[in-house]
Amino acid sequence: MNNKRKSLSIMRLLALLLSLAMVAAACGGSDDAGGGSVAESDTDLTFAIVAPSASDDLAFTQSMVDAVKALGIEPQITDGTFVVEEAASAIRGYADDGVNVVIAHGTQYGASLAEIAPDFPDTTFIWGTATDTQGLDNVFAYYPEANEGGYVNGVMAAALTNSGVIGVVGPVEAGDAVAYVNGFAKGAEAGGAEVNITYTGSFGDVALASEAAQAHLTNNADVLTGSAQMVVGAVTVATGEGVPWFGTQANQTPMGPDVVVASQVYHWEVVLEQMIEEIEGGTLGGKAYAVTLENGGLEIEYNDGFDLPDDVKAKAEETIAGIIDGSIDAGV
Amino acid sequence: MSEFLTLTVIMATIASGIRLATPYLIAALGETVGQRSGVLNLGVDGVMQLSAFFAYWTVLETQNLILGVLAALAVGLIMGLIYAVVTVSFHATQGISGIGIFLFGLGFSDLMFQRQVGTPRPIKQLQEYGIPFLSDIPQVGPALFEHNLLTYAAFLMVPIVAWVMRSTTFGMNVRAVGENPQAADSLGVSVARTRYAAILIGNTMAAIAGAALVLQLGIFQPNLTQGLGFIAIALVYFGAWRPVGVMGGALLYGLVNATVLQWKAQGIIPRSASDIAAMAPAVLTIIALVVLAGRVRPPSALTRPFTRH
Repeated sequence: MNNKRKSLSIMRLLALLLSLAMVAAACGGSDDAGGGSVAESDTDLTFAIVAPSASDDLAFTQSMVDAVKALGIEPQITDGTFVVEEAASAIRGYADDGVNVVIAHGTQYGASLAEIAPDFPDTTFIWGTATDTQGLDNVFAYYPEANEGGYVNGVMAAALTNSGVIGVVGPVEAGDAVAYVNGFAKGAEAGGAEVNITYTGSFGDVALASEAAQAHLTNNADVLTGSAQMVVGAVTVATGEGVPWFGTQANQTPMGPDVVVASQVYHWEVVLEQMIEEIEGGTLGGKAYAVTLENGGLEIEYNDGFDLPDDVKAKAEETIAGIIDGSIDAGV
Repeated sequence: MSEFLTLTVIMATIASGIRLATPYLIAALGETVGQRSGVLNLGVDGVMQLSAFFAYWTVLETQNLILGVLAALAVGLIMGLIYAVVTVSFHATQGISGIGIFLFGLGFSDLMFQRQVGTPRPIKQLQEYGIPFLSDIPQVGPALFEHNLLTYAAFLMVPIVAWVMRSTTFGMNVRAVGENPQAADSLGVSVARTRYAAILIGNTMAAIAGAALVLQLGIFQPNLTQGLGFIAIALVYFGAWRPVGVMGGALLYGLVNATVLQWKAQGIIPRSASDIAAMAPAVLTIIALVVLAGRVRPPSALTRPFTRH
């Protein structure tokens, strides 16, 4: 009898601990359930975002959160869903709740979306970064021509390097990261610099990104750049060593106010506006949109706290103009 | 390859390997003590996450590194106490309880970060200190003898833990309850008290490992450890439950990672092989574990709760 009572107590305790763990894990992705209404927007559509990292990561996820809010829309957000199954559950949950537009902000969510989207034909799913909609009529895709801003950053980096060597810290060779890195390398090499590229193999390993940056410095790099969430480790190294840093995805100046030269910022709102028009016109998906320097979806934001020589800034502006008018080929 | 074989690059790679090895070493040493007492803790990574966050948050708010380490220690003690109560006093299954601790640490650190900090902001980092005379040795000195205090502490813990386990009454009690708790109990050793102490030591060291990681990097973001705590557990097996073996495993893991990064930076590893090369440290660990599997023996009572008959 005592043994039975004791094992029941143990079971209760275990259940409590596991429940706590599950609650904590679930809470980890901040689930802003109170949103979903339109604040100052012209649209009546309700929005939700499911994204892999924190809403204010100064990188990939923040770029989308900022874009939706820039349209005056207060979206519901489930962030921190590195685990695809968790993201899939959140995407389905929002669709079930009747949210009009669910943004699945991660290339890795594509397979889940292919299963979920057909179950909710009246819901629009916006998925990226991706260059196609997987043939689904209620899915819009979006992607950045990240190579364009990468090229501009590369041109500036080549003008700033004294050693002639630039280090790049990337995650895995995929998505907009590879477009940015390749564009950057093309721009820097056009400026006569040597570019060393390291893909750490991880979107989240900050320690590896930090050591990858250190390895570049050992190999004479005196300007650094990188893409994805784990670059915070590399920015810290750049700050510690006083090495110029070029950012992408969001304005990374707050992470390194003294070393960030400029950041390529994604303004997804440019394509979101077009998608909203389509939805309100009755088309729920079926198209892919790109943000570019030309349509204003990509912007180079300079750090006023960095003493960028005027001639380098002028060169950057010339490059932007050249990419827009087609006289410079930033394609990779 | 010739560029890699210069003394400057080799020494920089060794220094990088030592930095990368430090959190693994501290966490694995603590887990060694716990496992020698018969308690497996799969929650190491969760304790590291949580302690790393609290160390980061404390330094962010106070600019005081010592307070940051103390905050991490407090987290380690609390988590250790919870784990000890669950597994020792209530005899819960260690594997499941450890996973619960891991999930709690992962989720709660993420939640706290998003609620209290939000955007990653850099904090003061641990300073590097050169050991007098030794750090002045050209090339070799800075790589081997110019590190932060927690790195020195990590390597100093190796002989200390080895000595404690081998030559002190506490160490003998730990080994006894890990091998044959009934026999130890019959000789008057308190199995519960010994396991409580071993778990608290293990969790405290996991917490220091979390603090070492975040204070070395000077930045925090959710899931900072990226499974580092699980590798630390594997390193305990790799090192055959001996502190020196664990140190060897941690250094090997760190140095392989550092070498891969150097080779990538120099283009020795082609970009097409980049992702495969990133798996090298994990693959090496798995191979070593497979090779060692038949040659080493874990503590006999590992994962077995103790009940007095």
